[in-house]
This record gives sequence, C-alpha cells and structure tokens, in this order.
Amino acid sequence: MENLSKEIREAVKKLFEEDKVDLVIGFENGSLPLKATPCFIRNIDDIDRLVWNSRCENNLAVYLTKNKGKIGIVAKGCDSRAIVGLMQENQIDRENLVIIGIPCGGMVDQKKIEKSLQEKEPLEVKENHDSLVIKGNGFEETLKISDILYDNCMSCKHRNPVIHDVLIGEPVEEQDDVDEFAGVKAFEEKSSDERWDHFVKQGEKCIRCYACRNACPFCFCEECSVDSSQPQWFGKSIALSDTQVFHLMRSFHIAGRCVDCGACVRACPMDVDLRFFNKKIEKDVRELFSHEAGIDPEAAPPLNTYNTDDYDDFIKS
Amino acid sequence: MKEMIIKKDALMNLLTGRADDCQVFAPVEVEGSLVIKEIQPGDEITISSMNTKASIKETFFPQRERLFSYDLSKPGEMKEPPFSDRKRIVFGIRPCDAKSLTVFDCVFKGKDYPDPYYIDKRDNTIVIAVGCNEPSTTCFCSDTGAGPFSTDGADLLLVDLDGSYLVRVVTEKGESFVNENTAFTEAGQQQAETRDAIVDKATKAVHAQVNPDKVKKKLDDGFDSNVWDIIHEKCIGCGTCTYLCPTCHCFDIVDETTGTTGERLRIWDSCMYPFFTLHASGGNPRKTGKERMRQRVMHKFKYFVDNNEMVACTGCGRCVKYCPVNLDIREILKQIEVS
Repeated sequence: MENLSKEIREAVKKLFEEDKVDLVIGFENGSLPLKATPCFIRNIDDIDRLVWNSRCENNLAVYLTKNKGKIGIVAKGCDSRAIVGLMQENQIDRENLVIIGIPCGGMVDQKKIEKSLQEKEPLEVKENHDSLVIKGNGFEETLKISDILYDNCMSCKHRNPVIHDVLIGEPVEEQDDVDEFAGVKAFEEKSSDERWDHFVKQGEKCIRCYACRNACPFCFCEECSVDSSQPQWFGKSIALSDTQVFHLMRSFHIAGRCVDCGACVRACPMDVDLRFFNKKIEKDVRELFSHEAGIDPEAAPPLNTYNTDDYDDFIKS
Repeated sequence: MKEMIIKKDALMNLLTGRADDCQVFAPVEVEGSLVIKEIQPGDEITISSMNTKASIKETFFPQRERLFSYDLSKPGEMKEPPFSDRKRIVFGIRPCDAKSLTVFDCVFKGKDYPDPYYIDKRDNTIVIAVGCNEPSTTCFCSDTGAGPFSTDGADLLLVDLDGSYLVRVVTEKGESFVNENTAFTEAGQQQAETRDAIVDKATKAVHAQVNPDKVKKKLDDGFDSNVWDIIHEKCIGCGTCTYLCPTCHCFDIVDETTGTTGERLRIWDSCMYPFFTLHASGGNPRKTGKERMRQRVMHKFKYFVDNNEMVACTGCGRCVKYCPVNLDIREILKQIEVS
C-alpha cells in the first residue's frame, strides 16, 4: 500500500510539473484510524498528503461535476465507471481531466469491522498486503481484508479502471466467477409480502438526510425533484410513503446509470439497504437493454435513447 | 450533591414496571443498531459503551411533529394534538445528550418563544442519564462545557459501578423520583471512592482537542476569512451531521393534505441544504457549500454563544463518526483556531 501511495504522489508531482492539472482529487488519511478521506491538492508541496489503502471508499467522481479547471482524479474501478457515465451524459470536460487509475482490491466495510470488533474501539490500524491489523486498548486483531469487504466489492466485476490516463500499480485479477446478481435473485424468489416487508423496513429507517443522493456521482441535478416546492412532488417529512417514493424515484432515475459503486450504502448513516433497490434495476436494465453502465464512453445510456426493437411487452394494446 | 445506590436489576424492574403509568424511553437494540425508543413489553434496555446512533432529540423535538390538523370543508376549525399530563422517563442517555436539552431549553423554553409542544414533553419528563466510563475517541464533550459525567440537563446522573448504579441527585424532580422508590439506598464512602476513580479515569480519557473560546474569538471577526474557502470543499452537502446532532434544531413547517383534510407539520430541516435559504424571489443568500458550512459553524460556536452563553455542541461525536466523507468538526475548529 505504501508503494502505491508513493506511486500516486510521483504521478501527481509529474502532472503538476507538466502543468496538466490545477487540482488533484485523491485520498488522505482521515481523522479516525479506519478512515481515509477525500482531499483536494492544489499545490505540489501538498502531494505527500495523498495515500492509498483499503479505506479509500468514497467515489471521488461525485466532485467532478462541482469543480472546474484542469483536474486530476484518483479513480478505482467504480470511480472510473462513474466517470465514463458522466462522459456519456456530457458532464465532463475530458480534455481537462486526467484520470489517475488505480486497480482496486476492494474496500473494507466499516460496519463489518465494527461488528467483528464487537464494542472494542480501534485506535491504530496497519494494513498489510491482505490483512488489517487493528489495535486498541488491550487488544490486537488481524482481519483478512477479503472477509470484510463491502458486499458490492465482493461481487465487483471491474476492479481495474475501465478508463485511465495514468495507471498506478499493476492490474488486479477480475472476479469473473462471482454472480453479482446472486443477492437480487434470492430477493426475487421471496413472496411479495416478504419483499414488501423489507421495503417497509428500509423506508422506516430513512431520515431523509439525502446522504445517499449527495454521495452519488449521478445525482448531479441542480434541483432534485424531492426538493422542489413548486410544484411539490413529494411530502417533505419522514412519513413512510414519502421515504419509500423518494427511494423508488432515485432508483429509477439512476436506472442504467448506477455503477454499483456503493457510495450511497456507505454514506447512509441509518444502514438502509439501498443496494437492493439499485441492483434489481441494474439487473432489469442488463436483461432488457443489454446495457452495462459506465463501460463505453461512446455508448448511450438506455434512458437517453431508444431502438425500435426495444422491449415493449409492458405496453398493453 | 445527594448520592444514592440502586442495583441494576432493581432499576430495570422499576423502569419496566412504570411502563403502565408513564412512557419510558431507553436504548434498545433494533436490527443491530442501538436506538432510543419507547420501551414495549419484551424490549431489553441496553446500556453499552457505544452511544446510540440517533440522539435524544427525536423524543423532545420529533423529526415530524403535527402542530394541528384541519378540514377545509369546516373553515376555521383546527384541531391541536392533545397535550398530555402523562409522565415520561428517559433513561440511559449519555451526558452529551442530556446536555443537549439545556441547549434546546434556550431555544424552545426561553422567554421570547416558548414552544408548547416542546415544553409539554420537557416538563413531563424525568431525565436519567448514565455517565460514560469508557468514552470513545470521537468524544470531545469535555471541550464543549460538558464531560463524561456532566450533570447538565439530567435530573439524575448515574455512575456505573458494575452491578449497581451510584445515583447523583441533580434536581428536585430527580429527588422526588428517588424518594418515591424504596429501591434506592444511601451511598456509602466506599462507593463514593469507586465513583471518584471511575470519573477521574474517564475524564482523563477525553483528550482536549478543541478550544471553543479561541474559536469564538476567531469567529467574531472571521465572517470573511479565507478559511471558509477551503473547509467545506469535501462536504457533499447532506444532512447527516445536522440530523444526528443532538443540538441542531432548525425546522421547516409544511402542510400534508389529502382531499379537504390536512395536517400542518413541523419537520427537521438542515442548513446544509441549498433550499434551506432559497427565497421566493429565487435569490439565495447561501448559494454554495462555503456559505452553508460557515453558517453551521457560526451558529454553533458564535451566534448561539452570543445569545445564550453556551456553544450549541455537546461534543457527542456523532457527526465525526457518521460523516460520509469524514469531515471532522474538530479538524474544522482547529483550522479556524490557527487561521
């Protein structure tokens, strides 16, 4: 990990020296032992802040639609797919963007770590090749990284950046044998009552903080329909029907765009199972339109285009 | 301060036994998360070294509160929710959450704008807080005028002595509660000594990290400081910090209608949202994240201090722990301090 951090710094140094960037968005160590945090580097003297480890969990592409100028961005597989998606939607000035791609072994799930530590608090974390050594008051635990990855990382099919201008480190092996829709299929098997119960439970947890929406690279609308007051499409409170409709709306709006980066799940403070909504829609889009989001910058996302042979069995004559 | 002792089992029995004649709110584990809820038969009250994810705020200032309901077919008729005399017990909150009630009292129980909805709940509630033997690294309560065994906002403050609680009687309300129940006995010298050791250890564990006085001085003439250009940068503008915060109390008032009937609701709002300050004209005085972050910090560490002589932060650390991008308020305050 140290080597990769060093390699990032060297790449960024070169970019500044060659005047290719005014701003680099990457990760630095966070204020808590298990956290890495997004950082904005504008000066070559600050490049030593940049790090890479298995806690660099945010999707940095979310910042691209909020910043202008010559930007460099550290992009793991899912960040790079989000960038491709944003390119498809004309949200990116590609000429002024340098993608510093980094093959990713998956990000560790903070909640899984918390669970395995029970109530013990981590004070120091050291990352080895495939494990985290976590120390606290009177304990030391070694957790295998592959055991504590986020669910979406465990079934990720694009660990290597799908687009990059600079590549850090060596490509990693893709998880070709994993069925990324296994969870969705299991959910589809459930009765409608069981599925509804799950939906209700998730809706009840939501506090409408919009962390999911704001962490999502594809939620770049200047005015979200949920915020509109003229007309007001949604009730503003945490009444169950409104939280449910909010999540439905968001899922449908990112249909064919969501790259399953998990940013929404990671951001949610209330542990709402947001992935089950989005992954189901992703599966439908894959089956109906043969489209995988964030792969080909030239492809048109299914909701932005149509073909005469598109699936239309739902239209009843 | 008068101090009593009660066995943990006896206190739990006392609380669950009271669920008939009053509402008892306490931390309960629901789907792996610790939440404060009104306990129902079968619920197990859980006091762990972790704090609850959501604060006590919901119990006094609900995220969705009906102010009145109406029916347009009956003009002029409004129905207010019933104010009840039903007593409430809040048990097991931490001193940071109890302290937050003193912040709320300034806003909703002050001379200028007494809020009947809040006052009804506050006056009918006895607050039994439990001190923190093992503060977390995200805690900075000692810096904000509270501390792991602060009695502010509580009627009774409990110190966990393993099998029993040492009970510090803070208010008259607390005293009556103790006097009504025979399970409380006078604390002895030895228990007081154990308490001292626990309090001392916990207090030392909360390291000084921020200095609100110094921050306030910077903020007094820091409205145009360059520091605001930088510190908001990674903020994604969600409301996690404000909604989990025990002291944030900004709200919106909305109507929810069906046909001719409707309800006027008070719901939480967040200064981190761009629509919070959007004017009907289309103008917005806080256009970007910069102005919104400045407002959040200024409100907590300057304006509230100017108006009420206390910071609107209890150092509970929820915003530190749950911010999706690890934007740590302690780091922000440190940056302001050296700006």
